[in-house]
Amino acid sequence: MVGRAGEPVGLGPDRRAAARGRRGDRLFHGAAATAGVLVVLIVVLITVFLVVHAVPALLHDQANFLTSRSWDVSVPMSFGILQLLWTTVATSVLALAIALPFSVGIALFLTHYAPPWLSRPAAVLIDLLAAVPSIVYGLWGAYIVAPKFAPIQDGIQHLLGWIPLFGGVSAISGGTTMLLVGIVLAIMVLPIMTAINREVLAKAPAAQQEAALAIGATKWEMVRTAVLPYGRAGIISGAMLGLGRALGETIAVMFILSALPQGSAWTWSLFNGGETFASKIASDAAELTPGLGTGAYIAAGLVLFLLTFVVNAVARLIIDGKKDFSE
Amino acid sequence: MSKRVDVSDLHVYYGDFKAVEDVTMTIAPRSVTAFIGPSGCGKSTFLRTLNRMHEVTPGGRVEGTVTLDSEDLYAPGVDPVAVRRTIGMVFQRPNPFPTMSIRNNVLAGLRLNGVKEKATLDETMERSLRAANLWEEVKDRLGKPGVSLSGGQQQRLCIARAIAVEPQVLLMDEPCSALDPISTLAIEDLIGRLKADYTVVVVTHNMQQAARVSDSTAFFNLAATGKPGRLVEMNDTATIFSTPSQRVTEDYISGRFG
Amino acid sequence: MSTLLRAAPAPRTTALAPGRSRGRTLRSSAATALIWLAFAIALVPLVWIMWTVLSRGLPSMLHLTWWNKDQSGVGPAGFDHQVRGARHAIVGTLLMAALTSLIAVPIAILTAIYLVEYGRGRIARIVSFMVDILSGVPSIVAALFIYAVWVTTFKLTLVPACASLALVLLMIPVVTRSAEEMLRLVPNELREAAYALGVPKWKTILRVVLPSCMSGIVTGGLLGFARVAGETAPLLLVASYTQFLNQNMFSGSMAALPTLINTNVQFMSSDPISADRVWGAACTLIVLVLAINLAGRLLGHLTRVKS
Ligand SMILES: Nc1ncnc2c1ncn2[C@@H]1O[C@H](COP(=O)(O)OP(=O)(O)OP(=O)(O)O)[C@@H](O)[C@H]1O
Ligand SMILES: [Mg+2]
Repeated sequence: MVGRAGEPVGLGPDRRAAARGRRGDRLFHGAAATAGVLVVLIVVLITVFLVVHAVPALLHDQANFLTSRSWDVSVPMSFGILQLLWTTVATSVLALAIALPFSVGIALFLTHYAPPWLSRPAAVLIDLLAAVPSIVYGLWGAYIVAPKFAPIQDGIQHLLGWIPLFGGVSAISGGTTMLLVGIVLAIMVLPIMTAINREVLAKAPAAQQEAALAIGATKWEMVRTAVLPYGRAGIISGAMLGLGRALGETIAVMFILSALPQGSAWTWSLFNGGETFASKIASDAAELTPGLGTGAYIAAGLVLFLLTFVVNAVARLIIDGKKDFSE
Repeated sequence: MSKRVDVSDLHVYYGDFKAVEDVTMTIAPRSVTAFIGPSGCGKSTFLRTLNRMHEVTPGGRVEGTVTLDSEDLYAPGVDPVAVRRTIGMVFQRPNPFPTMSIRNNVLAGLRLNGVKEKATLDETMERSLRAANLWEEVKDRLGKPGVSLSGGQQQRLCIARAIAVEPQVLLMDEPCSALDPISTLAIEDLIGRLKADYTVVVVTHNMQQAARVSDSTAFFNLAATGKPGRLVEMNDTATIFSTPSQRVTEDYISGRFG
Repeated sequence: MSTLLRAAPAPRTTALAPGRSRGRTLRSSAATALIWLAFAIALVPLVWIMWTVLSRGLPSMLHLTWWNKDQSGVGPAGFDHQVRGARHAIVGTLLMAALTSLIAVPIAILTAIYLVEYGRGRIARIVSFMVDILSGVPSIVAALFIYAVWVTTFKLTLVPACASLALVLLMIPVVTRSAEEMLRLVPNELREAAYALGVPKWKTILRVVLPSCMSGIVTGGLLGFARVAGETAPLLLVASYTQFLNQNMFSGSMAALPTLINTNVQFMSSDPISADRVWGAACTLIVLVLAINLAGRLLGHLTRVKS
């Protein structure tokens, strides 16, 4: 068989078929490459269009874009992103802090603790959390959870109110706070983080786990010596992806979070309301008209885009770095 | 510090599948016992029941008793973790913890036990590495990752790791099958010396190796394909290799098997 | 050498008693309990959400009018006395997701083919990187981009297809990644067997490689479809709501289940009929999305077992 491989396949009477094959190859290769390049082009175009439309608005901005808290887009415009940035980052980091231990715990459950018959259906259940549309999370959070959450929140504030993060905010009542948004976002990003953690933890080699058990490690010690170390990079990059999702979540935040009254004072409290980049853009969508005002929103969107770009790029680099290391 | 292992009427199952049937044997202390037999006859399976490692595979369970100097390994209330600390195991493929240095690999078991005094740790590390015949080769690079060693060195590192927790019994499942002849000799040499202090059990496919290192030999076989494996006979290695009592044993040893 | 071994401390009296390892055993059991607890806690929101949506939304869904009537003849949201139908929104959601898939799936599959079968070196790495970046682009940013192109730059009027365009950006990476994974699972021997028969590469891919992982790709497509069907944010920006059924993607306004919810949600607390409408739409959306999602999984599962 090996000897036959040297036969000049394309040179017989079938030469024309071979030529057609080569032309087909070129066309098909071209189509595939075009699709690939199109993806690159889309990301580039997103960046370019956002920048081009943000710049004129930024030039007309009377306030400092980075440090101002006001948002007034009728000419003369004065808008800044400080409040949006804080609300976005604080809720997302909070979500990450809640979701991370849960996602690792659940991934361990699925890979090492659940009885075999349970681990597959259990994984599907966790995945179902990802299939619930964000608008449903928003409805649930704003109209079902928030009223029940309000008294709990008052309790927390009563106990921990001396910490700036848990200080009281009089203007916001009814539980529709950043803290609740953080919790709901944590539930929303849990499935993607769990899925990634599960994948990396399942790949921890069995040989080392047996070795750990054979020197008398308990199950938890086995997990710590021979499972978790293999997952570290994956867990971090999963966390980054989760963070990226949380930063960009729109409708759930918009439904849950109370808007701030005009001119309210700055506070570090998680019991504050506010708007994230995404929820601000979405809630003002109806008033969007072509013009400078839109540019302000596009500028905010650009900041959000850059934020998620960096977070996702870091996640990707961590995964790649890990690959190089293990090869 | 080495102890005797008594097995009686042991059956091993994976779920509904019976892998090993009705094994009764005594493994003497301070000796090397070799398990031989064709592939799939349940040597590894049986070996793993001696320190309850088979429980790691879902569905793995036993009937019968295994005692260590008259202590029942399967008595209710016995902690499998304690069993494994008392009866160590070395695997077919070297499996050092890749995230740990040579030093930390050897000391992993001790560390888990909460030993913190540096003097004890250092002393144990040197003793174990010397016992595993590896000290001279690695003493200048104890901080390097365990996986930076050659395959044979890694396997000796795993042996050092296993004996660092001072087990009574050491189980080895084909410890040389992933190694070159030189490393194999080094390990065989080591096994010969370990028996001064430990009860050693070695699974091997290499008849010469069994003859070289072991004091007694147990031959396992399958009654037929699909049937569970069983112990055919067990005796002094010299006897098994010269005048076995069963025809199949002689056929297997002389390579006329099948 | 063996003296060193003997120098070891005297053996413990009973080797198998829990002894000083009790603390460790306890810690291990505590870890096990916490890990089970983490899973149990995660089920709480799932069950709670499902219960809420089904118990409040299912009654509206069970009327025939829900499926075959739109909201025409109903007063401004919140001031009428009947729930009426959601046909306009259901049809809109399906149409938008269908057009999205029509555009996104071919691009995604070709991109995956490029990455797996052709891509080498720098360009392939960049493409792969950009797929990751695109999958992280927030949906509101995707919509903002379409708005910036369509309205701000080209001064065109928004049509329902614009929503699909924004959704395309979100669907491409999802489908690309799953198709890529499936293509990588196809064993190389299969490709080599085809090459050895003198089949050109493109035919090998189309006739041998793709068919052998088609079910996996379809699964990925269905999961992508489910994801974009549930998206709301882009619709707020580039798709205006209407109470009337519209089946033309290229003119007028078109409703979708999320925008139906968004339009009625403000009247929810004062008007129980609006609330019924909102929960009915949420329930329809979740049933639709879950059904497609589960169908995709089931398909993937069934065909994987067979192969
Ligand atoms: N995890 C498992 N689940 C189910 N059956 C198993 C499992 N491991 C082994 N078996 C079965 O148990 C029997 C004994 O296998 P075992 O690995 O003990 O054989 P062995 O004698 O060690 O073979 P080898 O010399 O090839 O290592 C075989 O029939 C095998 O298929
Ligand atoms: Mg074996």
